[in-house]
Amino acid sequence: MHGNGLKPLSIATVAALVVSLSLVFFYAPLDADQGFIQKIFYLHVPLSIVALAGFVIGAVFAILHLRSGDGRWDARSYVSIHISVIFGVAVLITGSIWAKASWGHWWVWDEPTLVSFLIVFLMYATYYPFRYAIEDRERQARYASVFAIAAGAFVPLNFIAVRLAESLVHPRVFATTSGGLPGSMMLTFLAGLLAIGLLWVTLVKFELTAKSASGQLKRLRRALDAPAPGGASRVAPEVS
Amino acid sequence: MPALPLDEAGKYVAGAYVVFLALIVVYVAIMAAKLQRIERELHELAGFAETRASRDQATPGRGNQAAASSASRPGAASEGGA
Repeated sequence: MHGNGLKPLSIATVAALVVSLSLVFFYAPLDADQGFIQKIFYLHVPLSIVALAGFVIGAVFAILHLRSGDGRWDARSYVSIHISVIFGVAVLITGSIWAKASWGHWWVWDEPTLVSFLIVFLMYATYYPFRYAIEDRERQARYASVFAIAAGAFVPLNFIAVRLAESLVHPRVFATTSGGLPGSMMLTFLAGLLAIGLLWVTLVKFELTAKSASGQLKRLRRALDAPAPGGASRVAPEVS
Repeated sequence: MPALPLDEAGKYVAGAYVVFLALIVVYVAIMAAKLQRIERELHELAGFAETRASRDQATPGRGNQAAASSASRPGAASEGGA
């Protein structure tokens, strides 16, 4: 069932990415201060927003899992967190490249925005060993949901704390009284945000479809009493 | 005056976008390998089911035994759920 609409969604994602990249390189003006290097902004910031939103969505799915006891919500929570962690890796790498070009350092430890994102990322990196340490599937799903909710609640709190903290070098370009993004840059940024958001949804759907196929295959194998294949499966959640 | 000249900044910008693309490509490649494995296992299962069906046809009465043994297996009744 998860595969429904995957093809049009994938096409829309590719189209949105192409439009976004075209806007970044052929429409958005060069930044007066940073010049061409500012083009990383249109990738780095949407990635970080979508990754953080994905963690919160994972928490919402985890709440639905605990309320209903339906394993499909657990699978959705797991996949949301998984894709967000991958996006988190991209955020850290693109941010480091931008920092090196802009500030001359790959990483600045006394910058709250950077360190807080790293803390959130490392917290979610512990989700996998935590989850796989529990063998019983039901307990595993329940504990992972509790983790996802606690960590998901931490994300907006962390975001607010960072916004309240005084930034040393990391710029604040949204919701400031002056010096916000000009229209053309904002349009390019929003196009990038839409494209990255669509990419996240597509990848989540793609992985859920694969998990669903894998789960149904296992059910079929059990129903047929067929011998198990060579590679034993891990304890990741299945979707039927 | 921008912080970096275009030729030097271009390398960093290209690096950032290439890293992002590489991550997505690696992820999609891993998922494609997984789907290939699922497809292979599905073929195996189809072959297994066909072999068993032809064997059951060849020896009448075996089909009922196989169905009975499958149904009496622990957990067989709950497989429709999760």
